Amino acid sequence: MAVYKRSYRSYQGELTNPRFRFLILPKYAYERVFAPKYMVALLVAAMFFPIGCAAYIYLLNNLSVLTSLGLPIPSFLKVDATFFRFFLNFQGSFAFILTTLIGPSLVAPDLANNALPAYFSRPFSRAEYVVGKMSVLVLLLSGITWFPGLLLFGLQWSQAGWDWTSANWYIARALLFGGLAWVLLLSLVALALSAWVKWRTVAGGLILGVFGIGAGLATMINNILQTDWGSMLDLSRIMNTIWSSQFEIENSTGLEPFEAWMAFFAICTVCLLMLERKIRPKEIVK
Amino acid sequence: MASVIALNGLSVTLGGRKILQNLSVQLTGKTIGLLGPNGAGKSTLINTLLGFYAPASGSAQIFGMDVRAEMRRVRALIGYMPENDSFIADMSAVTYVRMMGELSGLPADTALERAHECLFYVGLGEARYRKLGTYSLGMKQLAKLAQAIVHGPRLVILDEPTNGLDPPARRRMLRMIKEMKEQGEMHIVLCSHLLRDVEDTCEEVVILKNGAIVHHANLEEERRLNRRFVEMETVGDEEGFAAALEALGAECAQVARGRWKMVLPPDFSMRELYRAAAERDLELRRIHYRKDTLEDIFLKAMERNA
Repeated sequence: MAVYKRSYRSYQGELTNPRFRFLILPKYAYERVFAPKYMVALLVAAMFFPIGCAAYIYLLNNLSVLTSLGLPIPSFLKVDATFFRFFLNFQGSFAFILTTLIGPSLVAPDLANNALPAYFSRPFSRAEYVVGKMSVLVLLLSGITWFPGLLLFGLQWSQAGWDWTSANWYIARALLFGGLAWVLLLSLVALALSAWVKWRTVAGGLILGVFGIGAGLATMINNILQTDWGSMLDLSRIMNTIWSSQFEIENSTGLEPFEAWMAFFAICTVCLLMLERKIRPKEIVK
Repeated sequence: MASVIALNGLSVTLGGRKILQNLSVQLTGKTIGLLGPNGAGKSTLINTLLGFYAPASGSAQIFGMDVRAEMRRVRALIGYMPENDSFIADMSAVTYVRMMGELSGLPADTALERAHECLFYVGLGEARYRKLGTYSLGMKQLAKLAQAIVHGPRLVILDEPTNGLDPPARRRMLRMIKEMKEQGEMHIVLCSHLLRDVEDTCEEVVILKNGAIVHHANLEEERRLNRRFVEMETVGDEEGFAAALEALGAECAQVARGRWKMVLPPDFSMRELYRAAAERDLELRRIHYRKDTLEDIFLKAMERNA
């Protein structure tokens, strides 16, 4: 209809599949998240290390190239669980930085501008809203953590052959589950905290603080009570324990893997409860 | 006539307080006015219809569908314009309205097309690429209306749509509401404390007070059935004039010398009044007809339940 007519008309056409409607939120969120150029630069920077690792894997599996370049081949250079564990650690740090920058801009502005009634007066549920907002972080962080990790694993597989792969299959599993666990934890913590404080800047600081304060609190409890249970408040230590157990590397975090998983699920549950409390079309004042 | 909104013993309790109490009504009008003083429960009723609050007892239906059991289907048929600001400040109007259209199920390209159309329709065509945070209060109201109608709902709930509008913008908003009512199959619920707005646009009205319905009226019918009130000024010999009119079925009271108040029966012919005056050589200086306005209806409802 030509806009000059300026008259109202109802809509009788087809509707989209409601199952995938939550993906509308990431579509619009990415548009806003990557509007500043530094965010694009940061995302590009997050790809440097995986590219370097890919080159490393290729060179290590093609020693003739190294010798032809006249470079010595140290005996400790190898692609194993420690290599991938370091990769996940490095990329995980990048994921954390991105989360502190992106996470607060997802939910906090909606709450601060009272936008939730407009979302929820449509055929769109609270669960879909949370999943939609989470998927912004999950997709982005996956793209810099476990997904390039699996690509590197695939590259090593193609270069080293089936013998190496069959002996190190657990590394792929560790990359997938360890990476997903980190992405899930970061996403939930970021959403829950930004929903709670509603203020973007404060939420960013709080996400940083939770990791710092948690570590400090854990050390304090451990020292005062002469125990290791305080470590269950330290998110970094929890994730290190989970990753080490997944990669079958000995850890010195003072936590058993099952304790770390318990703490992980407890934190996720608390975050979900915080979201359940705050993501409502109307707040009931008692 | 099929009901647009049906409330069956609806009660809502929030924070331990009973906000709505046993509401039962069938609303069938094309435009329904929701009136009541502050704290009467208008917004709670709207929020319950939208499925935001669960009823403590009873039920609410929209187009025959229960608002809780069939929430998704009901919401697909509704457009909601909230009373307060409800948008994302750093988004342009066209992006915001488009996103809301997509969330209602419109395909992306259709949502974009309709977002442009709706923004032109409400009068924000030239400002549609501006960030919502930079809009004036009146423009924000119009943007809220655009997002409420972008998906072509069958029922639009407008919560205080003329709040903060200057007189020309208010007239424009009311004109648009009338247009939307006349075009297509859209039903409108208008929640307002401005009686004039409701009177101008609505054909059915529900008045709430302290969480209960104190009056439900079809304004059109009420106006038709209204007994006619007449105020009159006369000069001359008034003797026997009152008796003559009462003989014709009118209720008559003399306020002061030459000043009368009368309630005329529905089938009363004004010719009879002129004849009675002429027979007594009574000069009629002024006749003022006065029908019940919505304000009268509202005030009576408030007084009845004081």
